[in-house]
Amino acid sequence: MECAVDAQSLISISLRKIHNSRTQRGGIKLHKNLLVSYVLRNARQLYMSEKYAEIYRMQQYEEVMTVCNEIQELDPLDLAEDGEGCCISSAGGEPASLCCALHPAASPPTPVQAAPGCAALHGEEACKEQDFYRSCCAEPYPLPSCDFSPPGAHCNKTTVLDLDTHVVTTVENGYLHQDCCAPPQPCCQGAPVLAKKRKADFAYYAEELPDFVQCKKARSDDFPCPTSEQLDSSSISNLISIFGSGFTELVNRQADFEQSLNGQFCSKQVLASLGAWTRAIVAF
Amino acid sequence: MAGVGGGNDFQWCFSQVKGAIDEDVAEADIISTVEFNYSGELLATGDKGGRVVIFQREQESKNRPHSRGEYNVYSTFQSHEPEFDYLKSLEIEEKINKIRWLPQQNAAHFLLSTNDKTIKLWKISERDKRAEGYNLKDEDGRLRDPFRITSLRVPVLMPMDLMVEASPRRIFANAHTYHINSISVNSDHETYLSADDLRINLWHLEITDRSFNIVDIKPANMEELTEVITAAECHPHQCNVFVYSSSKGTIRLCDMRAAALCDRHTKFFEEPEDPSSRSFFSEIISSISDVKFSHSGRYMMTRDYLSVKVWDLNMENRPVETYQVHEYLRSKLCSLYENDCIFDKFECCWNGSDGAIMTGSYNNFFRMFDRNTRKDVTLEASRESSKPRAVLKPRKVCTGGKRKKDEISVDSLDFNKKILHTAWHPKENVIAVAATNNLYIFQDKIN
Repeated sequence: MECAVDAQSLISISLRKIHNSRTQRGGIKLHKNLLVSYVLRNARQLYMSEKYAEIYRMQQYEEVMTVCNEIQELDPLDLAEDGEGCCISSAGGEPASLCCALHPAASPPTPVQAAPGCAALHGEEACKEQDFYRSCCAEPYPLPSCDFSPPGAHCNKTTVLDLDTHVVTTVENGYLHQDCCAPPQPCCQGAPVLAKKRKADFAYYAEELPDFVQCKKARSDDFPCPTSEQLDSSSISNLISIFGSGFTELVNRQADFEQSLNGQFCSKQVLASLGAWTRAIVAF
Repeated sequence: MAGVGGGNDFQWCFSQVKGAIDEDVAEADIISTVEFNYSGELLATGDKGGRVVIFQREQESKNRPHSRGEYNVYSTFQSHEPEFDYLKSLEIEEKINKIRWLPQQNAAHFLLSTNDKTIKLWKISERDKRAEGYNLKDEDGRLRDPFRITSLRVPVLMPMDLMVEASPRRIFANAHTYHINSISVNSDHETYLSADDLRINLWHLEITDRSFNIVDIKPANMEELTEVITAAECHPHQCNVFVYSSSKGTIRLCDMRAAALCDRHTKFFEEPEDPSSRSFFSEIISSISDVKFSHSGRYMMTRDYLSVKVWDLNMENRPVETYQVHEYLRSKLCSLYENDCIFDKFECCWNGSDGAIMTGSYNNFFRMFDRNTRKDVTLEASRESSKPRAVLKPRKVCTGGKRKKDEISVDSLDFNKKILHTAWHPKENVIAVAATNNLYIFQDKIN
């Protein structure tokens, strides 16, 4: 593996290639875009695993510092404030228990399952610490407006043009919401997936693309998660639809992992936005 | 030096170069395919502008017995034009992806040429006689007034300057949704196959409105797509057997006798991936860009980004030979990905005796591997070494450490000068190498 290669820059280079392929003469090259999607998948895997590792390290550091501070400043008045913060920022794991044990009055945070996505990436141990992500979903997100779905449902409409039969069908892909927090968990009902209507003007997506890349960078740097306007995943999925590469197959294996562990993984808003790419649609 | 039956003194010499010398290369002039016909007498090239140029070898002259006949332009014609698919809002490039000759059956020559969507059968015929003395029309073609005709005469065939005509005899269209990457004439000389990213069709040369789909790897749900077809070829002797390669580095051999739809392969060739060499670009560099049967039909050769592999059709789990073309590029894959060079599709070819193989590289280098002696050589197609009968000097790429004299460092390689298409004369040691818009012809020099 080339150590000097930055996974994030590879992701943006790959996205640029996909974007440029739309305007290339001769139509979109299926083979090339499929290969680019493989690079995207590989870079994404490394990027996410690095992020998890980093967050795990940060989490460890914060917990240690919090415990140290508490030990040093055992003031009942201060504890009441710190405890809440402690509970929120380090939910689910031992430190939360410690906090909650000190303050039985404070309502314990909703226990968070181990982040299943991590299991696919690296080890069970790291997964247990992903409770940090719960904070991302502490506030419900506004439900996307989805014209044809019942309220509360999450949908991602995609339009499929089969080049062989020339049939255009609209597919409501409810699968995507499963990538987000599972319904039993109250904190993550608002799936940050926009079900925007597919626009015919592809130039629209061209403008959105750099925003997406920047947004993704911002997301990775500072949690909590951004607003839904930034998560234009359906636009990206439509962008991807233009070349119709098989993201889903490549990434679904991870999604299967996640579901089989039957947990929620709130920061999969990051993943979901990337996961939205996986809803590849044939557009040619 | 790579030798082919010529012993240790075998050397390659410059013979000819075709094409403009101009530094400014027009995109339309970039050669996109090169192919000798069955006898080697004709050499066809196709370019990005949709043109086909055919060279013919002149008879060996007694004045220069050591130099074989030169190739001169025989015919030039526009094979494909750019088209626009209004339904899908797609422009269809006129670039000639492949040319395949048909075996010669009469005085005329036939070849198949294809772009992304349409295959055409061309007849190239000579006309060196002209009928003169028609009764109803003048020599310039104007109709004569019948009332003025007072006598009858029999038209006589008179010699004329040789004219080579190319006429499209068949157009095989509307059978491919995706981009055609291969065509291959079957050994029965009646059928041929065409392959695009997801499907392979079988045609009869006489029938243009129908084709049989024999391979279809399009998944029911396109989201599940993980590989595409990259090349296909018919077996040289068994008309029921063909192979196709995939972007995952696998080759499937199919027998058309087994089923009408050959989705289930008869043989599956795959070499296990070396986990220690895994990188971001593993999938890209394992994608096969070309597959060619040996003339004997016992072996096949595949080209991926960094290597050429020879497979024995009787052994599916690994190739029998692997040749590294430019392993020094492995550490540069990220840059090659950025500048798109990693997507270059190199072709490969066998010599007539299947004793040697050839493939292209960057910096106008091309490589030859002698399968018997296991020697390899790197040669360069350049104007500098273009003096008649000048012996080509082997080139060497310095991969690290101190650069020796005459060596070139990896960072100095020109990745815009790539040799993707090469062809080897079916019987003799004459090779054609396409370097962007120039066609180089080299031949051996027997000491």
